[in-house]
Order: sequence, then structure tokens, then C-alpha cells
Amino acid sequence: MIAEAGHALLWIATVLALLQLGFGIAALRQKAGFADSVRPIAVVQGLVAALSFLCLIVAFLTTDLSLMLVVQNSHPDKPWLYKFAGTWGNHEGSMLLWVTVLAMAGSAVALFERRLSRESLIATLASQAAIALGFYAFLLFASNPFARIFPVPQTGQGLNPLLQDPGLAFHPPTLYFGYVGMSIAFSFAVGALVTREVGPVFARAMRPWVLIAWIFLTLGITAGSYWAYYELGWGGWWFWDPVENASLMPWLATTALLHSVTVLATRNGLRAWTIMLAVVAFSMSMVGTFLVRSGILTSVHSFAVDPKRGAFILALLTIYIGGAMALFALRVGTVREGSQFEPVSREGALVANNLLLSIILAVVFFGTLYPLVAESITGDKLSIGAPYFNKAAGPVALLLVVIMAAGPLMRWRREDAASIVRRLALPIFISSMTLAGVLVWADQIKILPMLGLILALGVAAASVAPLWKRNLRRTPLFTWGMVVAHLGIAISLAGMANESAFTKETLAAVRIGESRSVGPWSVTLKDVNPVAGPNWTALEALMEAQRGSQVLLELPQARTFATPPTETNEAAIHTAIDGQLYLVLGKQQPDGRWQIRMWWKPFVTLIWAGGILVALGGFLALLGRMRREYRKEVLA
Amino acid sequence: MKAKHQRLTLALLALAAIVGAGVIAMFGLKSQASFFCAPSDFGGEDCQKDKPLRLGGMVVDKSIVKMTDGVTIRFVVSDTVKTVPVVFKGITPDLFKEKSGVVAEGKMGADGVFVAETILAKHDENYMPPQMAGKMGKPEMMNQ
Repeated sequence: MIAEAGHALLWIATVLALLQLGFGIAALRQKAGFADSVRPIAVVQGLVAALSFLCLIVAFLTTDLSLMLVVQNSHPDKPWLYKFAGTWGNHEGSMLLWVTVLAMAGSAVALFERRLSRESLIATLASQAAIALGFYAFLLFASNPFARIFPVPQTGQGLNPLLQDPGLAFHPPTLYFGYVGMSIAFSFAVGALVTREVGPVFARAMRPWVLIAWIFLTLGITAGSYWAYYELGWGGWWFWDPVENASLMPWLATTALLHSVTVLATRNGLRAWTIMLAVVAFSMSMVGTFLVRSGILTSVHSFAVDPKRGAFILALLTIYIGGAMALFALRVGTVREGSQFEPVSREGALVANNLLLSIILAVVFFGTLYPLVAESITGDKLSIGAPYFNKAAGPVALLLVVIMAAGPLMRWRREDAASIVRRLALPIFISSMTLAGVLVWADQIKILPMLGLILALGVAAASVAPLWKRNLRRTPLFTWGMVVAHLGIAISLAGMANESAFTKETLAAVRIGESRSVGPWSVTLKDVNPVAGPNWTALEALMEAQRGSQVLLELPQARTFATPPTETNEAAIHTAIDGQLYLVLGKQQPDGRWQIRMWWKPFVTLIWAGGILVALGGFLALLGRMRREYRKEVLA
Repeated sequence: MKAKHQRLTLALLALAAIVGAGVIAMFGLKSQASFFCAPSDFGGEDCQKDKPLRLGGMVVDKSIVKMTDGVTIRFVVSDTVKTVPVVFKGITPDLFKEKSGVVAEGKMGADGVFVAETILAKHDENYMPPQMAGKMGKPEMMNQ
């Protein structure tokens, strides 16, 4: 019953999206009587989509085994959190979540956007409806989450144990909010192109959505990185896996857009470029969705294997991106030239930021897609790994970090190069001291981590420099946001550099009672015992880790799941103030020894702490902008 | 700087950046791409010694030998035509066993022994890397 309701609601939402698009186009053609209905339709469409998703959640929570999707991905014995999160832990459910978020974002625009002209808003909502329509069709014809199964089986097949983790409850939705936020920015860009109203007003209307998308992408990437780090038991925090790249590429494009939209909103410059970036950023979200959802990849995250779906998403991607590019090509001539600036200026630094981000984006893009293209053309099967990405993108990223340190200290329009060097004196001094320290104490480390270490502290100092000699209470929130976000990047960089320069690893086979050392720690295997969880059994090691007078007891597990039969490693991670101790229990040897793998990772937590700071910076900026807009509205 | 010049300069800069990225990517991809090789591919153009590679095939029955340190293993990979000996130091994935498929990342040493840095984890017993299913000509293995 609940399944029929959900299915019907999905159809209703589809019809509403069709109406929204049709009425929108009619209104733009000056047909009277259509303009007033576009907004209400958009609001209702979002509600209906949300109700449809709610039906699927209920089906999962009650383990309705007459639904194919529930049978394939759930099991009555699962803890309720994973029944709930399992709703989107599969292809169909996650696509329904995708389109629900998309439709609800459209509702929010229809409800709250007041700055844009009526025409631009209608064009924006029509574009949003066109995107939603494609995904409704995809759900209804290529991946129906409400498909029935008959005869009804006795039990479900369970959820992939790697996905049975609290991280799953938050990681995919967070990224989807980011992807979908970009669709709104894209629709704003299309709307502005259609009505030829590319200017500061459009930029100010688009900026909160770009910020929201960017905050969610940042959080999603940070959480995904930490999840892979503790769940996979490989000790790494970024694998350059295509699915990770699928979330990194939209983030890079959105970061560029965030900075160029500021130039457009504040200085009325970089108009065509900002529109282009909005299109590129959404394209990257679509490419990300395609990579993850088409099953084209051979990676940990891709569970879908069905070429029909891949072709469908590829077609959608071609239509939307191709359409937007064509519109851009037709209308770019009508986008007037923005205001001028000197090469050495805040705008100049932001242009450099955009160019460098674009280079990194292109490098990641080529590296991710090259193996797929090579295989489909020549049949060669090859893989591109971390060495390529680190060598090609790493140096550009470090250069970008230097620009990030200098940019906020420059004035708009024109800046004197000598005075910038003066303002950067302290950061430069700090970096030189780090350089000296690294050369004296740690000259064995590789060039990229070394440069990262040298830059991190100096950049951190430069990030807070814009607050120097300012009245902190009167400093606008969005300036605080910028400072916090840039500081977050510096902190994250410090974590990455420390982790790759100073990680210690020990791999050994030990008998119970034996010790091995890793970094400053001495670890003793005390015992190994069987334990049982709600739907798994495990071997749990009791390990004693000692550093100086500090003694810890840690319990890493090797788990075995029954449905589906799988084994996973639950690493034991101890977070100290200066790093993390990471312990993994391996297999027992025929002679009775146990394999153990241990890492000491100095300051590794800074990577994710930095990521959270970056997102917090975005949030402060969003709050600051909204407060200013609100005050303007009240005063006006 | 005149208005038109500025837009032109920016467009050219953007173009230069993308071309630059393309060049960086091309050189990087050429030197860093690691090919998927079956044992009988060695000696061919793509599967050379001392290059990062992925070796795929079946672990030969009774070929897994554990070294005395408890963490190094040796085994033999076969594609039914030829075989390659492999050495690996680390914890093997849960489903690594004799008479089943394996993908090892590493380099072929001068002595003809493949030194694996990683053995790819399979996340369930139905999983078979598509590269392997293709190379071994046994697509039905994907759904066994």
C-alpha cells in the first residue's frame, strides 16, 4: 500500500514539474495568466517529492519485503538506524533522495527569493523543473524504487557491511545537498542568460546557494575521507579513487565559482566567467552522479551494474550541459563587459585563484576519465593512481595556497606589490623559520610534504592577517568566514604534510604477550577473543599501547557478517593531542601468531579539523550575507 | 588597459591554463598509467619490468607459501597459459585464497618475481574486477 502511494506521488511530482516547465516557458513568452502559478507549483512539487521519499523510508523501516529494493538491500535483523539509512544506501533510493533534495531546493527558491526580477525567477524555476523532469523520468523508467517482487520472499539479502556504519547515514545525503545546490546555481545562471540580466543582483541571489552547496560538499568530502580512513582499515585518508574525485571535482569548480561570484557581486566584474563556472560546476556534479551511479567504475563505491542506467544518465548529462553551453555561446555576446582592474589587485588574485583551481580541476578530470575513455576506445585496461594526481595537482595546489595567503590582503582594483610583500613579512618569516627547522631536523622527507610543512604555518598566519588592527566586534561576519575558511585550509594542509612526512608503520606477526613498537608507542597483544554483535561475529584483540607513563587498552576487531557473507576490519583508533594511533587485527597464522598492522600518524586529525573549519567559514559567510541582506530589506 | 583588452586577456589566460593543465595531464598520464596485465602479457609493450602494473589472474592451488616473519607471503598467479610468482608483504584481503581470482598492484622485478604493494580487496564473494572478467574471458564469473 505504502509502495503504491509512493509510486503515485512520484508520478504526481513528475506532472507538476512538467507544468512548472510549461507554464514557465509560456510566461516568458508573455502569455498572460501563467506567471502567477509557477511559484506555487514549484512549492507543491517539492512537497510531493518529499512525501514520496517518506513512503520509501517507511517501507524500509518496516522492512516491507514485497518491495524488490527492500529485499535486495535490507534485512529484518538490521539495527533500525541502518534500515533508515539503508533507504539511500542503494542506487534507486539514493536517486530518489537526489531528486527530492532537488525539488525541495526549488521550493525554497520559489518561497524565499525576492531580489530577482519576476522573469528571471520564472526562468530559473523553469530550468530547475527541466532538470527535475529528467531525473523523475530516470527514476520511473530506469530505476523505480517502488518496484514489487512476487512471490514475497521470506527475508532480505542485507546491506553491504561496509555501508553499515553511522557514516552512511550522513555522508551521501551531505554530498547530494552539495550536488543539488549546484543545480540551483546552474538554474540561476540559465535564468539570467535567458532574461539577459547578468549582473550584481543575479550574483547576490545566486551566492547563498553556491555557499550552501559548497558547505555541504566540504562537509561531505571531509566526512567521506574520515569514513574511508577508519572503515577500510588501510590507514589512508585519500585514495584518489574515482568516486572520491567525483566529489572533489564539483568542490573545485564550486570553490572557483564562490570566489568569482564575489567579484561579480561586489565589483560587477567577471560576468561571463561566473556564468561559465556555474555551468561547469553543475556539469561536474552531473559527471559525479554519472560516475557513481552508472556502475562504470570498478571501485569500492560503485555497486550498480546496469548499462541502461549509465546510458540514461549520460543522455541527461549531454542534454543539460550541451543545452547550457549552447545557450551560453548564443548569449555571451549580450553579457556586457564588467568593470576594470589592474593585474595586481584583489580581483587579480581571485582570477589567479580561479585559473589555478581550473587547472587542478582539469588535471583531476583527465586523470579520472582517461582510463574509462582509453578502455572504451583501445580496449587497454589501465589505472591511474595517486602518483599521477600528487605529482600533477600537488604543486599547483601549493601555488594556489600561496595566492590564498596574499589575496585577502590586497585592495580591490589596484594594489602596490611592495606593500603586499610588507604585509606578508610575518608569514614569510614564519615560513623561513619552518624551512630552517625542516632542513635541520627532518631533511629526509619528500619534496611535496616538505613544501606543505613550510607553507602551512606561514599561510595560517597570513589567513588571520586580514583581522590585524581591525575592531574585531565590528568586523563583518563574512570577513570572519573568509578568515576561518582560509585558516582551515592551512590547518588541513599542515595535517596532510605531517601525515605524509612523519607516519610510522609496523606490520608484524606476534604471539599473545609479545610487543612491537610503532613511533613512540609500544604495543602488546594481550589476548584475542570472539565477540558477537547484532548481525555479526568478530575476533576482538585486546591490545595494550604504552607511551611513557600513558597506558591504553584498545580493541580492534575482525568482523564477519552473515548477510551478505563478508568480512571487515574495525580498526581501533586512539586520538591523542599530537596524532592518532591506528591498530588493525589481521589473520592468525598456522603457527598461532597473529598479524597486526599499526600506524602512528602525527597530527593526522588536523586534516579533518581543517575541513570542518572550512565549512564553518562558509557557514559564517552565509550567515553574514543573509544578515546584511535582511537588514537592507528592513531598512528599505 | 582597455576594456576589450581585459576580457581578451582573461579569455586567453583561461585558455592557456586549460592547455597547460592538458599538457601536465598528458605527460603525467603517460608516465603514471598502470596497465592491467595477465601473466601471458609480460614482455609485451604495456607490461614491462619496473613499471607500475596491475597483475590479475587466479592464485594457483597450493602455491601460497608463508615466510617465517609471518607477514610476507609468496604465491603464483596463473591465467591458464602462463604463471608469474608474486611476493607480498602485508595483511591479505579476507577473500584472498587459492583457486580464486586476485588483482595485485606493484612492479615486476628484474628476477621475474612480481613485487606486490597492494592486493586489491574484494568486498564480497560475488565481486570480480571487470578487468579480470574481461581478460580471462569468463564473464560468467561475475555472477557465480
